Amino acid sequence: MRMRLSTSQLRPALIVIAALAFPFLAEAAGGGYYVGVMTRVMIYALAATSLNLVLGYGGMISFGHAAFFGVGAYAVAILAQEGVTSAWAAWPIAVAAGAAFALVIGAISLRTRGLYFIMITLAFAQMLYYFFVSLRAYGGEDGINLAARSRLPWLDLRDETTFYLLVLALLAGCLYLLRRLAASRFGTVLRGIRENEARMTALGYPTYRYRLVCFTVAGAAAGLAGALIVNQHGFVSPSLLDWTQSGTLLIMLILGGVGWLYGGVAGAAAMLLLEEVLSHWTGYWKLGLGLVLLFVVLRAPGGVGSWFARGNTRG
Amino acid sequence: MADPLLEVRRLFKHFGGVVATDRLDLAVLEGRVHALIGPNGAGKTTLIAQICGEIAPDSGQILFAGRDITKLPGHARVALGLGRSFQITRIFRSLTVRDNIALAVQARSGSSMRFWRPVAAERALADDADAVLAELGMAASAGLAAGSLPHADQRRLEVALALACRPRLLLLDEPLAGMGAEDAQAMIGLIAQLKQRTTILMVEHDMNAVFRLADVISVLVGGAVIASGAPQAIRDDPEVRRAYLGEEETAAA
Repeated sequence: MRMRLSTSQLRPALIVIAALAFPFLAEAAGGGYYVGVMTRVMIYALAATSLNLVLGYGGMISFGHAAFFGVGAYAVAILAQEGVTSAWAAWPIAVAAGAAFALVIGAISLRTRGLYFIMITLAFAQMLYYFFVSLRAYGGEDGINLAARSRLPWLDLRDETTFYLLVLALLAGCLYLLRRLAASRFGTVLRGIRENEARMTALGYPTYRYRLVCFTVAGAAAGLAGALIVNQHGFVSPSLLDWTQSGTLLIMLILGGVGWLYGGVAGAAAMLLLEEVLSHWTGYWKLGLGLVLLFVVLRAPGGVGSWFARGNTRG
Repeated sequence: MADPLLEVRRLFKHFGGVVATDRLDLAVLEGRVHALIGPNGAGKTTLIAQICGEIAPDSGQILFAGRDITKLPGHARVALGLGRSFQITRIFRSLTVRDNIALAVQARSGSSMRFWRPVAAERALADDADAVLAELGMAASAGLAAGSLPHADQRRLEVALALACRPRLLLLDEPLAGMGAEDAQAMIGLIAQLKQRTTILMVEHDMNAVFRLADVISVLVGGAVIASGAPQAIRDDPEVRRAYLGEEETAAA
């Protein structure tokens, strides 16, 4: 028991140390390019983790999650174009925008169930997609460039390593919050709703309210991920809100392990690194991804997370 | 006479051309075990669903403890003291028996919009849950996954979940559903025990159980109550015999 406890605590510690050391080692080895790659992985990990809150913990199959990701990115880009470049101002606004859109879309969508919920979230996301396509003042279909990364006092985010470390800290912080939330009263209620909503109502829980809060919090986290991705790419276009992007986040989560705390991280890492490696060899890298996905769905339905056995809440 | 704890007034509900609840009146007095019987399709399930707030009636009123709850959502009715068990077992299969009950306890012990403190640190929830389980003779299974329990124990947990809400009125929807004779006896014993402290409205097909437990029986036929009274009076009511009991007894013979 004591041994198992120590290994289960050792592994995350090792991962954190490795993650902290990575940019310095990569720069030293002349692989500075990979710092950006890993930053992108972590940002997608955050986006997929926010979807995990909705899908894995809340049991809601949202097919429009990229909308909140995109809204966060656009918030930062639009503010920058209007002269607001401070991260202290822009990022919280991106988070608030993600939350606000999730609140409104969720308030309507959560009145439906199952397939209808999937379709209505998809429809809302596509509406936002076309909204940004027609938003000529901010690039329309072509999207807009972010002239420079957001500014923070003391930290220079133009430095790849600094930005990497900031993203790492935010991802770790969000994962910690998710872990607290999952074990809290709120998390317990979510689990109950996921398993048996009718019973939760019969116990006196206003289930709609809890699901809406869950959906909104996830929208806020996706908004933060959006603020980071536009800083990473220096560019945002409507394609970030497209339904294929929502699909990508879903695939990441399925790859990584739905309902497992680190499912989004594992999935984003698996998918983006697979893309990185396979696309060097072939333009048909998505075929390879498809095969891997097929394998995971058929042979390890819990995602790669299930290979780590313990800790997968879906167990 | 005291006001009834639950009162249904001229409740009406139709689905297309089918009238499921036909200007139904019903009064459940505090402290009684009130059984609702009737042939299949008599509208028992629809009535329960309306009392619990799952289906909205077309017209009529539902009063609970003197308050009109007709428009109140289901969860708010539970908060007022309306607890229920389901005909089809609805427990949290992946949770332990204790955690099942703890969720019920949590619902009535302050807000659950709390995101930080671990539930596991709230000793009071587990202690309260254990108290409920001890009372129902289920303490030994507290640590087991609810889904791993034998059917009869799952049915017992189903009732325990409703009871853990500390209801003023306990709605039992076919508590003996799918039980063998021996388990049914144990459940009848349990309900007899609950009778001491809470009012019960029970839908049940097992006439043996109904006549042993009920203080009042209402007979539902075609969406309306055709007779209501003490068990003996119901047994002797010619209309009831013709509409329902006779048919059952013939079938049983």
